[in-house]
Amino acid sequence: MYVAVKGGEQAIRNAHAWLAEERRGDVTIPELSVDQIREQMALSVARVMSEGSLFDADLAALAIKQARGDLIEATFLIRAYRTTLPRFGASEPINTGDMICDRRISATFKDLPGGQILGPTFDYTHRLLDFKLAADGETDIAPERARSEAKIPHVTDFLNREGLIESAVADDATPPDLTRVPLELPADRALRLQALARADEGFLLSLAYSTQRGYARNHAFVGELRIGMVAVEMEIPELGFAIEIGEIHVTECETVNQFKGSKYVPPQFTRGYGLVFGQIERKAISMALVDRALRWEELGEDYVGAPAQDTEFVLYHSDNIQATGFLEHIKLPHYVDFQAELELVRKLRSDAATAMQEAAE
Amino acid sequence: MSDYNFAYLDEQTKRMIRRAILKGLAIPGYQVPFASREMPMPYGWGTGGVQVSAAVLTPDDRFKVIDQGADDTTNAVSIRSFFERTADVETTTETKAATVIQTRHRIPETPLTEGQILVYQVPIPEPLRFLEPRETETRKMHELQEYGLMHVKLYEDISKHGHIATSYAYPVKVEDRYVMDPSPIPKFDNPKLSDCPAIQLFGAGREQRIYALPPYTKVVSLDFDDYPFEASKPNQTCGLCGADDSYLDEVIVDDAGRRMFVCSDTDYCEKRRSAGHRGRDAA
Repeated sequence: MYVAVKGGEQAIRNAHAWLAEERRGDVTIPELSVDQIREQMALSVARVMSEGSLFDADLAALAIKQARGDLIEATFLIRAYRTTLPRFGASEPINTGDMICDRRISATFKDLPGGQILGPTFDYTHRLLDFKLAADGETDIAPERARSEAKIPHVTDFLNREGLIESAVADDATPPDLTRVPLELPADRALRLQALARADEGFLLSLAYSTQRGYARNHAFVGELRIGMVAVEMEIPELGFAIEIGEIHVTECETVNQFKGSKYVPPQFTRGYGLVFGQIERKAISMALVDRALRWEELGEDYVGAPAQDTEFVLYHSDNIQATGFLEHIKLPHYVDFQAELELVRKLRSDAATAMQEAAE
Repeated sequence: MSDYNFAYLDEQTKRMIRRAILKGLAIPGYQVPFASREMPMPYGWGTGGVQVSAAVLTPDDRFKVIDQGADDTTNAVSIRSFFERTADVETTTETKAATVIQTRHRIPETPLTEGQILVYQVPIPEPLRFLEPRETETRKMHELQEYGLMHVKLYEDISKHGHIATSYAYPVKVEDRYVMDPSPIPKFDNPKLSDCPAIQLFGAGREQRIYALPPYTKVVSLDFDDYPFEASKPNQTCGLCGADDSYLDEVIVDDAGRRMFVCSDTDYCEKRRSAGHRGRDAA
């Protein structure tokens, strides 16, 4: 006998209690601390900060712990927290030319002022499982050398001197804040970059890869990739000048791309740009490639119908919090709509059956 | 939760949403872009409705939340408890007693009255979206009232199937101007949209759109003279309360696949049962 279902509230409470228990796992194994996650899962922390658009390693580590390591869920926790924070103002643009680099490489010049600094990279590691880590995680101290105090110039500045690369035109217009105004098209480059900076890493990676394989190919050289700390300055109205309020760790990628020239512009190199919180090279490079692909219109290139050229497609589908929410909402009850579809399909089928019978007779 | 403002959102955000609502009410059926916030529940799970509710709720309101017509479906429970925690408003399951009703996929059977607000959760606010995926294009089509594509789609349905093959989220025209998506309510509910004494507000969080129907707005379901719109429902009565005028859910009751039909509107069904009505399968 059917009785109307009650007790959703109790079921939800119990499910969440079970979730909390599962999150903790086997209690005979020591619990992970937020500090451990922040220090030893630093690249996960970086991804959550980047896609969550909030530079706070402790909160990101907490979110990862709470989300059982699901980084999109952790990003969601950070985003939901971030929206509730008051806006005190906007910082001055960061100056990545002043960056204290942990890593700085250029694929376009063998050597250059500031040098090639490999830094802490997976590059050139052999991807062999290190079973020693399973037994005892301690490692030797890496050799050190005093850091040069000199600023490391941007590679593209050298090309710019010769006019070989397009000038990035300075623009003092305050870009709209994507988290405070609805996205409306057409979106200018500042707004696109803002969206790409918080876009899903996997989505950007695939789009960038598609441009490499020929869907709006714009052969990219990594002019420069740099990772390190930069100061964040903010002008305090009471003071009338900018003061440093903190430091953030960022990855910046500038690509140098082919450009055959157009009716108005002689052949020269063009730029793609990527900037993300923390050490996330894959995303910074992907972002630069996608940025460049989206610039086809201003550069007078052909639209070849490639996904990476389609601003509306890219910007509307790059946010994994929007995407995962909508994707997963199909788990919610849809009894009513399904009922309506059931009726419709039954009706269409009975019409079809009648028609076939008549045809047979 | 005392750390959060009344109804969770800060006052500036609520003001921004109220402006969008007022604009929506001034231009019935027009989709107003608004700066949707990230809510502590996922996009696609009612964030638009929740933001609209948060912007219109006052401490004196009585709030009802339904999903699929029912007050006790999991997401309705979750949204109701969210406002119990953040706004401390009185809640109710009674349609008549509620001043604000947030709904997903249904319009209550009990007729709404003046002074009530019905807030719809909307997944895809654009009625033309599945005919034209680009927002830049569809906004232009609304501007120019270029709705031919929609009529062609409905016509093709008829030529292919003999019927308009849309059973929910059935498109409507508002005050002879904007074609509007009524959210995925079954087309059975469409007639209730028109000439309704309550304010109807539609919130799409992920898509950043709000639209509205002021009281007593004319809302017409799209159709053709020779194929008039028909608000259909299963040709059955509710197994519990015997109602023949309410929208019914089909429930599978045993391994043999035996089915019964019950009111999707749980408040309506309970009210009828407590008034002594009994259906065929009632114990």
